[in-house]
Amino acid sequence: MNVETMYQEIILDHYRSPHHKGLREPFDAEVHHVNPTCGDEVTLRVRVEDGVVTDVSYDSLGCSISQASTSVMTDLVVGRPVADALRTHDEFLQLMQSRGESEPDEDVLEDAVAFVGVSRYPARIKCALLGWMAWKDATAQAVAAASSSAPTEEMA
Amino acid sequence: MTTPLAVALDVERIRKDFPILDRVVHGDKPLVYLDNAATSHKPTQVLDAVHDYYTVHNANVHRGIHVLAEEATALYEGARDKVATFINAADRGEVVFTKNATESINLAANVIAWAAPPLGLSPGDEVVITEMEHHSNIVPWQLVCERTGATLRWFGITDDGRLDLSDIDRVITERTKVVSFVLVSNILGTVNPAAEIVRRAREVGALVVIDASQAAPHLPLDVQALGADLVAFTGHKMCGPTGIGVLWGRKQLLEELPPFLGGGEMIELVTMQRSTYAALPHKFEAGTPPVAQAVGLGAAVDYLSGLGMERVAEHEHAITAYALDRLQAVDGLRVIGPTTPDARGAAISFVLGDLHPHDVGQVLDELGIAVRVGHHCARPVCERFGVPATTRASFHLYSTLGEVDALVAGLDQVRRFFR
Repeated sequence: MNVETMYQEIILDHYRSPHHKGLREPFDAEVHHVNPTCGDEVTLRVRVEDGVVTDVSYDSLGCSISQASTSVMTDLVVGRPVADALRTHDEFLQLMQSRGESEPDEDVLEDAVAFVGVSRYPARIKCALLGWMAWKDATAQAVAAASSSAPTEEMA
Repeated sequence: MTTPLAVALDVERIRKDFPILDRVVHGDKPLVYLDNAATSHKPTQVLDAVHDYYTVHNANVHRGIHVLAEEATALYEGARDKVATFINAADRGEVVFTKNATESINLAANVIAWAAPPLGLSPGDEVVITEMEHHSNIVPWQLVCERTGATLRWFGITDDGRLDLSDIDRVITERTKVVSFVLVSNILGTVNPAAEIVRRAREVGALVVIDASQAAPHLPLDVQALGADLVAFTGHKMCGPTGIGVLWGRKQLLEELPPFLGGGEMIELVTMQRSTYAALPHKFEAGTPPVAQAVGLGAAVDYLSGLGMERVAEHEHAITAYALDRLQAVDGLRVIGPTTPDARGAAISFVLGDLHPHDVGQVLDELGIAVRVGHHCARPVCERFGVPATTRASFHLYSTLGEVDALVAGLDQVRRFFR
């Protein structure tokens, strides 16, 4: 079955046992994103300390692709400087826009390389991006809040 | 159907009229099309009518004296006559062509809101809808209520997927100006008891708007028997083209209501200060209408009438009964909506264990089986039943028992895949 190119075992593993799931405190920003065409929803919190993403926690409802992608994303951004994590985000976004043609860099994307098959299915790309978009939004809010409350500190 | 009809639909012959049903997908899988509530396929008769219109008759309507303009106008207005007969309208002027059912309902909601007293909406007035509505029969009413200060109220849904009308006299009251509800639910399949709702609305003098989008393609639709004031439906779900919808309205009411869109075609006399409006139905048809699409809808109505809507309904009822039986025997499957075929249309929503419908639909697609997954533009229904989304199989006149079997076999494969 061709659909197996989409449902890689790595994806199904993350779907069955998602990483970093659950809503935790403390956090600096919380967002709620939805995919209105299919009803996937995620509430996601980000903690940013000294320019480093120290926690991402979330509660979500959705298909295996959106759940697994959010789980993989947390592995890739937690513990990383915001700027690095954003570069990984951009790399993943590029992968999802590649229509299956990309040869993703496993050093950068790790488990997320498994999503290359999903990029062949236009209807599922939004599922794979839901958690990432929520994280980017929340992180931007957290960084903006930090810079406005501490105007003397420079963001690197 | 209480009396079995002498001759059932010859589905194998009907399927020959729909070339797309011979398609294979994903290599060599025969298409099993179970997404008819989203849109129906089009028979050759409709495709030919549209092709013939553009090939031989194409012109703008109502505004030329040349041969093509007269032919195009006759075809466009002929389509209106066919639709009027199909729904048993008392007058052809009661049939307004729109873009789709969504536009029909927006038209209805806005002109009701704008109308002069005693029509019109203002603070203190109430609009009653139901939790079962498609978003296209929720959002237009939210918009007009926000703009006029009227209050939106709604009927809830029972656990078995029926409208909860137990407190009908407290929901529809003297303050109610409009009651708008779906005749057949696109997500639950429920056929709603229109007569009971219309009776109560009449008692309090409220207008009644009915969304018949999932009724017109599947059941005999008699707007006079329904007793509503306005009825909306769309062409593409009833074997016609996209881009053409219908708003039927009681003639006297349509005459009292103000125009919706302004422009060419809907006017009688225009001066720089003010304008007067065309007679029905043109008053509500501003601009160049979807002529070819109307012609296609006329051909679709001919096609359906030729088969007989009672027979279409009987066929779909039999398919639905069979599908409900077989689906409910699938391990872990829960039907969202009525679980028996009584007062039920041919759309069946379900969830399969804790699998997300997106995943169910993806694997079914790989097998050539087209279903719809998501909230079906009826998110409040999903919320009511505590599910983020459903998988929906929906049938039409060309659906077969074999397609139901293919779906059930496909669901077994889905379960094995995600085990």
